[in-house]
Amino acid sequence: MIELLSQHPFIAAFGALALLGLAFGSLLGFAAVKFKTEGDPIADQVEALLPQTQCGQCGYPGCRPYAEAIAQGDAINKCPPGGETTINALADLLDVEALPLDAEEESVPSVAYIREDECIGCTKCIQACPVDAIVGAAKHMHTVVASECTGCDLCVEPCPVDCIDMIPLPTTVQNWSWELPPSAEEAITEDLIATDRGDSGEDSKDRDQAA
Amino acid sequence: MALLTVSSPHAHGPMSTATVMRLVLLSTLPGVFALTYFFGFGTLSNILLASLLALGMEALILKIRKRPIGFYLNDCSALVTAVLLGIALPPASPWWILAVGILFAIVFAKHLYGGMGYNPFNPAMVGYVVLLISFPVQMTSWVAPIGTFNGEVLGPIDALMRTFSFSGVDAVTMATPLDVLKQNNSLLVEDLWASNSQFGTLAGVGWEWANIGFLLGGLYLLYRRVFTWHAPISMLLSLTLLSALFYDGGSSASGGSPLFHLFSGATMLGAFFIVTDPVTSAVSNKGRIIYGACIGILVYLIRVWGNYPDAIAFSVLLMNFAAPLLDHYTQPRTYGHKKKNLQKEAD
Amino acid sequence: MRKIWDIHGGVHPPENKTQSLQRGIENAGIPPVLVHPLSQHIGAPAAPIVEVGQRVLKGQMIAEAKGFVSVPVHAASSGTVSAIEHREIPHPSGLLAPCIVIDTDGKDEWIELDPVDDYTTLEKADLLHRIRDCGIAGMGGAGFPSAVKLSTRDDAVIDTLIINGTECEPYITADDMLMRERADQIIAGIKILQYLIQPTEQTLIGVEDNKPEGIAALRQAAEDSNIEIVVFPTKYPSGGEKQLIQILTGREVPSGGLPADVGIVCQNIGTTVAIHRAVQFGEPLISRITTVTGDACSAPGNFEVLLGTPVDYLLKLGGFNQAQCLRLVMGGPMMGFTLKDTSVPVVKTTNCLLAPTTEELPPPPPAQACIRCGLCAEACPVSLLPQQMYWFARGKEYEKLEDHNLFDCIECGACSYACPSNIPLVQYYRASKAEIRKQQQEKVKSEHAKARFEARQLRIEREEAEKEARRKARQEAAKKKAAAGKDPIKAAQEKAAAPAVDPAQAAIEKAMAKRSGAAPEESSEETLARLQKAVETAEKRLESASAKLKEAEAADAPNLGALQTAHERMTEKLAKAKEELQQHQQASSGASDTDDPAAAAIARAQAARASKEDKSPLEKAQEQVASLEKRLTKSEQKLAEAKESGSDTAEVLEQSTAKLREKLDSARAELAQISESEAPVAAAASTNDPAQLAIEKAMAAREAAAKLSPEDKARKALESLEARVEKTRAKLAEAEESGADTVEVLRDTLAKLEDKLAEARKDPGVEG
Repeated sequence: MIELLSQHPFIAAFGALALLGLAFGSLLGFAAVKFKTEGDPIADQVEALLPQTQCGQCGYPGCRPYAEAIAQGDAINKCPPGGETTINALADLLDVEALPLDAEEESVPSVAYIREDECIGCTKCIQACPVDAIVGAAKHMHTVVASECTGCDLCVEPCPVDCIDMIPLPTTVQNWSWELPPSAEEAITEDLIATDRGDSGEDSKDRDQAA
Repeated sequence: MALLTVSSPHAHGPMSTATVMRLVLLSTLPGVFALTYFFGFGTLSNILLASLLALGMEALILKIRKRPIGFYLNDCSALVTAVLLGIALPPASPWWILAVGILFAIVFAKHLYGGMGYNPFNPAMVGYVVLLISFPVQMTSWVAPIGTFNGEVLGPIDALMRTFSFSGVDAVTMATPLDVLKQNNSLLVEDLWASNSQFGTLAGVGWEWANIGFLLGGLYLLYRRVFTWHAPISMLLSLTLLSALFYDGGSSASGGSPLFHLFSGATMLGAFFIVTDPVTSAVSNKGRIIYGACIGILVYLIRVWGNYPDAIAFSVLLMNFAAPLLDHYTQPRTYGHKKKNLQKEAD
Repeated sequence: MRKIWDIHGGVHPPENKTQSLQRGIENAGIPPVLVHPLSQHIGAPAAPIVEVGQRVLKGQMIAEAKGFVSVPVHAASSGTVSAIEHREIPHPSGLLAPCIVIDTDGKDEWIELDPVDDYTTLEKADLLHRIRDCGIAGMGGAGFPSAVKLSTRDDAVIDTLIINGTECEPYITADDMLMRERADQIIAGIKILQYLIQPTEQTLIGVEDNKPEGIAALRQAAEDSNIEIVVFPTKYPSGGEKQLIQILTGREVPSGGLPADVGIVCQNIGTTVAIHRAVQFGEPLISRITTVTGDACSAPGNFEVLLGTPVDYLLKLGGFNQAQCLRLVMGGPMMGFTLKDTSVPVVKTTNCLLAPTTEELPPPPPAQACIRCGLCAEACPVSLLPQQMYWFARGKEYEKLEDHNLFDCIECGACSYACPSNIPLVQYYRASKAEIRKQQQEKVKSEHAKARFEARQLRIEREEAEKEARRKARQEAAKKKAAAGKDPIKAAQEKAAAPAVDPAQAAIEKAMAKRSGAAPEESSEETLARLQKAVETAEKRLESASAKLKEAEAADAPNLGALQTAHERMTEKLAKAKEELQQHQQASSGASDTDDPAAAAIARAQAARASKEDKSPLEKAQEQVASLEKRLTKSEQKLAEAKESGSDTAEVLEQSTAKLREKLDSARAELAQISESEAPVAAAASTNDPAQLAIEKAMAAREAAAKLSPEDKARKALESLEARVEKTRAKLAEAEESGADTVEVLRDTLAKLEDKLAEARKDPGVEG
């Protein structure tokens, strides 16, 4: 056998390659069976990063469908409630480039508010709410459970009397925080320009006064 | 008047980047003085021209990068780079050597990486290494120190003339002690010492004093808490240890005595002015100890078994590569934590 | 000499303490107005228990604690509650928060107090309750409710009680003065704490060595006790609770844990005095010692100040000169925060008001790039790597920040102080911490929303499934019945279907015929097709009807008569449809053959319309009025109904009716206006050209006939169809309720009707 192989290096090489192929192939096959993952782990991970407002602004009926679409290769920049943070997180996760948000502006976190004396009790908003955050019955005034509201905006459109407002969450002493300072370069440029501007501002004021 | 809204702390310490840089510049004086005394005005002409070039290039590139020029020039970091490069280069190097060196130091090593604070490699050392590789002849011919030949060292005018490559001025050049030791493979160290005029008491004539000068400057900086002791001391220690280990009693194969290594070449300049460059070194204290020690080891390895007589620049650049890794593995234990950060990650 | 440990890092900023130590504690007096914020402590804000206009006495509780981690608020002097409103409070944000405002009357009348002569007779719980009721929160800076801090778990063994007299921040001397002047009260307070905590080993007072006089006073007062005063070298920030614990015991409070986890309870020296007064005299926390200092104050010193005193009142006592001062700091220069306004009150945690001149604390210069010098890491008392965290904070790499133990940062400011590049490191950490917390909250919220969303989806699916199941069941039942053989149902179905279909169809056809007359070149083919289809369907139906009739005849069914009539009607319909088809065919061929008057009429009509465009505002107004009138009548009807049934919506309806009426009125007024302005034009036109007038009239008539009527008729047909659908629905509902046999029939009928309706709706849309 060995003799045969040593005399026919071609056969030896071929045999070795075939063996290797077989070994690795079976290894891969084994791994595929052994480490098989249920469901779509990418979609799950993506979904975990989405803000779950279920607002549908991405064009999908909820966050899960959009997560699945992203897993299938859809753009990651269609989530206005998530904004830049979510885009960056998704870009990190999927190792793709972070794109600018595909909307005019990031939606401000807000909460729906029903002007209750104008509500006619049509239940349309209740049906529209993706998280059951509106309570009320037919022909009775409805109200929003603010703590459950995701601010998705979906109840505003169906209201026949336009009595739902989206109220941006106010800044209070409790949720106020320091802003990240401008980066060193920005700060320098800003400061220097700001002083320049200050000077020229005074100049112009003086001029105004002179005039 | 509207009251200011700023985050605490409202008080600020006396140290500023510009202060640090000025202190560093000040501390090079004893060394520069020694160099000038022994090797003539060549070093000063280097420093002068390098400084002008560095400031000019820094201003130019700041303008291109649309950054406030005055603000950045004020931090003196370009000046420090220029002075260090000027000291490291052979005295009275031609202007084009200086120009190329500064170009690589300021433009390539510093600003192309984002400017001060963002450069991964020590700019002065990048400039030096580029020159050393590109122009080995010019870079290895040091003028002879005073007392080793008949005649005067370069005066200020001569130095400038030589710098600008005007003919007529020719300085006496001589192999450096490190070079001599490296080339030696027959004589005992003692004999070598006796047969070559450039050896002095501790190491080479002039070199020993220049090193003492930089040591003094470094100690002053240490006293002023501009940097911590960790990196320079560990570098000197590892260099001493290795040279002691391979001193070999002064045989013909000897790598030279610890004292010789400590006071030869750019050892002290490197230990206190290059290795301590905060931007490119490790930041944790333990990291700095490792960083310094590795540089010491590399310096010895290259000096004794490598192709170049001195090795501060190569060693520092090599360790610059490793600095982020060192930082990652040498995070200190935070108050209230049982384990180090890294171990916590592993858990 | 006991062993003292060292903390990592730290800085030595200029102390600047002597300025405010020149005189003793002075009483600040009673300001005209006291502002008591409801949240002066960590935890839930207190809830007001007084009303505006109510007279309150000094020491009276005006807001009670809400929840476990909360403390009440007391009136600092007697007076009248003038407002309970949002006011600016001492907070770095400069935002407003609810406050109780008291106009003082100057009488300073105390409420009846409840002193305890011997606190050792009290239960621990009672004592804690007393401390809590007196509104005592940590006076060192954070303002954590003291009772919460002191109520250690029963199983926790506390071996060391530490009293924090460090006062490591520059400028502040409030605790120093307290030690000098009220050492006995401090010791008395500590004894109460000892009774409460029962430390098994030691009680220590930690004081920095820069307060020799205070230390001496304390030593004297503590002579006969087991309280040890430990003096250690001055270094900022030794006064941090964790740092002090490390200095005095060498122990480290575990990350995220409490001092109690290592057997230690720590209290501020000012708090001990407050506890002493609360227990011994029953006095709630209504005043504190505050240092007023800084070069912009000509008379710096320490003041015993009523809580709620506006800062500007206190600053005036310190000789404050605002012109020299660019920033006003509440607290020390290292951890204090800037005030936007001098109207904010002094609160429980206000240990210092620092009014520095611009030379003293110059505004921060622009930050330079980080040169990784490591001075910040050298200075950090908790051995963090501030420069690394700075990069991560800038890159918003929050995970890495947490890995680098961002949340162990005590925000002492030593790193920023040391930074040669003037980088506001602490602000980076604060912003990042807030962002991480926000993200965590959002994460929780989004998970919650997801759960709710999924629950809703499930519910909707279940409901659908149930509905489907019910429908199927009913269908089965109906099939069974049908199989059981009797046709009456089917007949009824036919009956219901036939008339339901036909008028609508006819109307549409008619409308289309009319329309095709008006614009034959457009739709004649389509109409033809439609008519043909109608004929076909009629034929089919007739066929099936006759088949059924035959069947019925064969079976001699009771509904024979009905079926016969149906059959007859079908025949009629078919004939009609055929006739129509013929007519249409003729008409269209005629139209295409001859250049007849119809075309001319159309041309005229179009011209008329063009000319009428001038009048469009008038028309519009008319239309508006008409539609408004319609809406009004409808809503009036509804209103009447609602009133009859006494429904809640009556009011809403009434409002909307009123609104409608208003609108209608205004529309009418508008109309009047427009028609007035139009009239002369029309008159002019008529006088000019009577022929024109005639043409116009003709055209109007034509238009009415040609343009409006088909659509209108179709609409009417639609409406009647809709009405019938409604009615059928109602019947169906009834039937469903009563469980009548007819349910299935009605259901099918309804389905058919709805189909028709949809078709009818579509048609005018397409054609029109």
